[in-house]
Amino acid sequence: MINENKLFMSKIKKDEIKELQLQAEKIRKRVVEIVYSSKSGHIGGSLSSIEIETALYFHVMHIDALDPKKEDRDRFILSKGHSVETLYAVLAAVGFINDELLNTYGDFKSVLAGHPTKKIPGIELNSGALGHGLSVGVGMSIAAKMDKKPFRTYVLMGDGEQGEGSIYEAAMSASHYKLDNLVAIIDRNKLQISGTTEEVMSLEPMRDRWESLGWEVFDIAGNDMEALVSAFDGLNYENTKPKLFIAHTTKGNGISFMEEKAKWHHGVLNEEQLSIAIAEINERINYLTKQENDSRKKYKYDSLPENVH
Amino acid sequence: MFTNTLVELAKQDRDIVVVTTDARGSVTLDAFAKELPSQFVELGIAEQNAVGVAAGLVSAGKKAFVCGPACFYVARSLEQVKVDVAYSANPVKILGVSGGVSYGALGFSHHSLHDIAVLRTFPGMHIVLPCDIFQTEKLVRELVDYPYPVYIRVGRNAVPNVYENENVDFKIGKANLLLDGNDLTIIGTGETVYHCLQAGKKLQEQGIKARVIDMHTLKPFDKEIVEKAALETGRIITVEEHSVSGGLGGAVSEIVSQSCPVPVRILGIPDEYAVHGKPLEIFQYYGIDAEGIFKTACSMCHQKE
Repeated sequence: MINENKLFMSKIKKDEIKELQLQAEKIRKRVVEIVYSSKSGHIGGSLSSIEIETALYFHVMHIDALDPKKEDRDRFILSKGHSVETLYAVLAAVGFINDELLNTYGDFKSVLAGHPTKKIPGIELNSGALGHGLSVGVGMSIAAKMDKKPFRTYVLMGDGEQGEGSIYEAAMSASHYKLDNLVAIIDRNKLQISGTTEEVMSLEPMRDRWESLGWEVFDIAGNDMEALVSAFDGLNYENTKPKLFIAHTTKGNGISFMEEKAKWHHGVLNEEQLSIAIAEINERINYLTKQENDSRKKYKYDSLPENVH
Repeated sequence: MFTNTLVELAKQDRDIVVVTTDARGSVTLDAFAKELPSQFVELGIAEQNAVGVAAGLVSAGKKAFVCGPACFYVARSLEQVKVDVAYSANPVKILGVSGGVSYGALGFSHHSLHDIAVLRTFPGMHIVLPCDIFQTEKLVRELVDYPYPVYIRVGRNAVPNVYENENVDFKIGKANLLLDGNDLTIIGTGETVYHCLQAGKKLQEQGIKARVIDMHTLKPFDKEIVEKAALETGRIITVEEHSVSGGLGGAVSEIVSQSCPVPVRILGIPDEYAVHGKPLEIFQYYGIDAEGIFKTACSMCHQKE
């Protein structure tokens, strides 16, 4: 049974999701641009994590770009620090840093390093060495519990990163201390620098492994904004369990010639590739913008072109 | 013990947190765990996680002391110290106990003779080796609100006191002059300071006016006291429970060789897996006890023992 109120709510949600999708595409464009201009970066995993970070920063987390050190802010740790281009583009979109600063990425002495640093407002940890973020997130979550503070901690890890043993030390301690205020997300794009994760070092059954460590685990479509928003909204932060999203994503998501290709782990676009990539993104931006301008009367999410998801 | 001081301080300041790795016995933290369970974080045998967790705690406003064997914190979890603590400027206090050859007979896996050399190369990391219980207590009090990450190395066994009481003059980064003289300078750190002082006194009895310095802080390093010693005494002996490479001797040599070259003798553990034995036996074997230092000083001064 569907009542009118539910329909109304779901319409608001769909409008918001459309806005989030639009935001994600704008961020994707900036990521592609700065990787092109700097001739550096880790574009594959940056593209796969855009929807996750967009959902977190624009929908889930309680943060204030004007007060980046606010005591009770939610914390985000990019444990897969090499995907920093997305984080920079997200921080610019949210307003932590100026969008023009993004253009200095890759410049000599640029404040924007190739991995996150706390010099940038909104970044909580200098990361880049894999397998560190979850432990630091555990520390933040324990601190919140000790002081009965309401903030939550979100840690984004890579799937290749799951080879680091320190992660499982952190995972054990999170369930031992019943850190239900901690959410880890694995960007499960199934590729790492040398090939598929299962060829390099098999990670499956990932869900079983984490459940056996005492975590509440959810498999979600990690490039699907609606799925992400619903999953985050549905979390129970008071059930004594740390949570893990296995976010099934596409490496190189949103750029046709990059998708699911390990060589785009840290590939750099040439001019021709740049124009193809930007054209693909612009097409989606135009589509989503047009939809928005159609005053939300006819929501056509289901009829979006295939590559929007 | 310094852990009593920590309990006392933590009762006043609820942000003080102790993090450990199944080492509450080694560090005598039982009292802390019992009296302040809500400020005690046990992580099991998982040093990498412990250092990362401590960084997270500090980043969220806590004052975290990670306490456990030095040999593991500066090896197993070195990358966490490098990235989560030093590089991320999280002022975690890492209290490495049973440092150097404290675990003498347990072998090289349990020795920490590389810690100073490695940590000196991490920008922003501070390193302190207190020499007795009075200095350690004073240090612990100073560390609570100290805004930098610090590695503190202490020994395992009871050692003779160098200072007379807790009113010891102590400031991180400022070495202490224990004995004045102008014939040569002996610089020690941590447990070797006692031996340096004993050697210095014996030398003075023999008419050699030895200057003895307690270099409790290896970083930031008290450059001035070394330059002054080089200029005024003309020869220096450094004594450390550490590899002869990259530690106290290295730090002193870097200064002396560049600003006031004088002969320097570096006493420590040579490039070999240290012999097994009780700490004092190992000290004697490598000549970093009072007698060994005395002999080196005499030969350096071209005098009969």
